[in-house]
Amino acid sequence: MAEKVLMKGNEAFAEAAMRGGCRFYFGYPITPQSEIPEYMSRELPKRGGVFVQAESELGAINMTYGAGAAGGSVFISSSSPGIALMQEGMSFLCSAEVPAVILNVSRCGPGIGGIQPGQADYFQATRGGGNGDYHMPVFAPCNMQEAVDIIYEAPALADKWRTPVMILADGMMGQMMEPVALPDPKPFVEPEEIPANKPWAITGYAKKPGGARAVVKSLRMQPEALEEHVERLFARYDAAKAELTRYECIGLEDAELVFVAYGTIARLTLEVIEMLAEQGIKAGLIRPISLWPFPYEAFDQIGKRTKVVVSAELSMGQLIEDVYRGVNGRLPVELIHRTGGIIPTSIEVAQKAKAILEGLK
Amino acid sequence: MKPVFTYTKGMLPVSTSYCPGCTHGIAHRLIMEVLEENGKLGDTVGVAPIGCSVLAHQFMNVDMCEAAHGRAPAVATGIRRAQPHKVVFTYQGDGDLASIGMSEIIAAAARGERFSTFFINNGIYGMTGGQIAPTTLIGQRGTTAVEGRTKAQFGMPIKMCELIAQLECAVYVERVALNTPANVRKAKKAVQKAFEVQEKGLGFSFVEFLSTCPTNWGLTPSDALQWVSDKMIPYYPLGVYRAPQPEGGQA
Ligand SMILES: Cc1ncc(C[n+]2csc(CCOP(=O)(O)OP(=O)(O)O)c2C)c(N)n1
Ligand code: SF4
Repeated sequence: MAEKVLMKGNEAFAEAAMRGGCRFYFGYPITPQSEIPEYMSRELPKRGGVFVQAESELGAINMTYGAGAAGGSVFISSSSPGIALMQEGMSFLCSAEVPAVILNVSRCGPGIGGIQPGQADYFQATRGGGNGDYHMPVFAPCNMQEAVDIIYEAPALADKWRTPVMILADGMMGQMMEPVALPDPKPFVEPEEIPANKPWAITGYAKKPGGARAVVKSLRMQPEALEEHVERLFARYDAAKAELTRYECIGLEDAELVFVAYGTIARLTLEVIEMLAEQGIKAGLIRPISLWPFPYEAFDQIGKRTKVVVSAELSMGQLIEDVYRGVNGRLPVELIHRTGGIIPTSIEVAQKAKAILEGLK
Repeated sequence: MKPVFTYTKGMLPVSTSYCPGCTHGIAHRLIMEVLEENGKLGDTVGVAPIGCSVLAHQFMNVDMCEAAHGRAPAVATGIRRAQPHKVVFTYQGDGDLASIGMSEIIAAAARGERFSTFFINNGIYGMTGGQIAPTTLIGQRGTTAVEGRTKAQFGMPIKMCELIAQLECAVYVERVALNTPANVRKAKKAVQKAFEVQEKGLGFSFVEFLSTCPTNWGLTPSDALQWVSDKMIPYYPLGVYRAPQPEGGQA
């Protein structure tokens, strides 16, 4: 039975990860997610899990790689500059096919930027901030319940597809208190169970069924071998797309203007749509929940009455690149954005949307 | 007839990628011999670095992974948590450990991570072709200091054992050399000791091997061994820098 509680976002995220079966957490303090390592340091050891305060985010992601390669179920979190430091490790996790769940409670940049919520890590998350040909599933929930549900599901997805999975939240969601239904805890996997569950894991081969030696690696000196490996990863991405592509469409049939937005700004856009409706303007929303794979197919549901598609984002125009691909030249595309940690009011977004429609006349 | 010298089961029956006269191979063999003698080959997880020994997992007959350049101690920290009852070690060169990975090794040693690190100090970046390493001796040439290392430009070579031995949770720290049969025997004892300390759960153990890189030193294999005796050992004194107190002894 799900348990309904009032919780701060960061603590709910941590709780959801533990309940989803993540036994290991490696963290380094950074605003606006420091409640997560704090919560984990208190809660994980009580439940038989492990908390390590890493020396840096480089340390944290590499501890994740080690524990994940040895078959452990790992959850880690950080915020934008910390996630930037982890990118080398993420590229290794992706190539070596090591599962993990990574949460970015994002703030705004570039550089050390500021500590207010932002969405300027879209490229970093969806284009692969590390080197090489790889992707990882990225989910962007827009409220706490959705975040809890996807974090709870993520360890199983990571294991199934042998990949790190990223959750892209923002400081607004991390700091907010909201009621959530917490799903029932799944039991932690014991080290002795790993060799049978994950024969590829580096556990020592003595007790492994079949006794085969395991090597977790990304180096392939032969170009042909590397090409084959990368093509195999990409074939798996293709196979995973149907299960991983997630989105919500609202009022597309008769919308004059369609917003595309994710996370905090998507939530705000729902208010904007109501506000515009009161003024006789029909607006709809495509809300990508998976940012990778991106739900390009959602754009096929845009109705005949739509005159313009608007990317609404807390960045200088990053999501808009996928909006262009989704629209594929069928309609004009516009941008409504704020950055630097500013979240616009719904009135401001509604006014900008009206101005865009006016401009088309 | 009884063979007096055989392969260890710890090394896979393949040829290594190391140059003639390189002592990486000796270090590999010593570690693997000890694990075989301890009956631990199937219960061990090793971490290979970035450097000439990146392919150690093709030679060592234990479960292994690669780590990004310098990050092996963090990777081993994670492995240790997920597999608390296995033998865990990292194998790292001096560029990997003493330059790019300085933060990870010091942090792991300070936490007293229950794994062993085998540190190959050959005073140079081998794999990338002989650039100056943090351990390159004053006057020693490298491709980024063709006239030889100077204190003014690069500072002084880092003595890792001395540095690590400052940390209380690094419970076993020893420097050995692979230049003579007697020193190789001592090196094996140090490996045994490191694993013993790990299995007893006492804390972090660290063995530094003074090793050769004839290729990038521009020396013959035998001159390289002589160079370890003449140049390296005087600057990097061999010996035990920290060891657990004998039971019942004063702490
Ligand atoms: C992040 C990163 N930077 C640089 C390199 C290039 N690189 C590969 S091996 C190496 C040095 C290895 O030297 P050392 O650790 O001394 O080991 P050796 O090859 O001498 O055994 C470097 C710099 C890399 N692979 N990754
Ligand atoms: S380059 Fe040096 S360290 Fe590398 S294998 Fe050759 S001799 Fe050994």
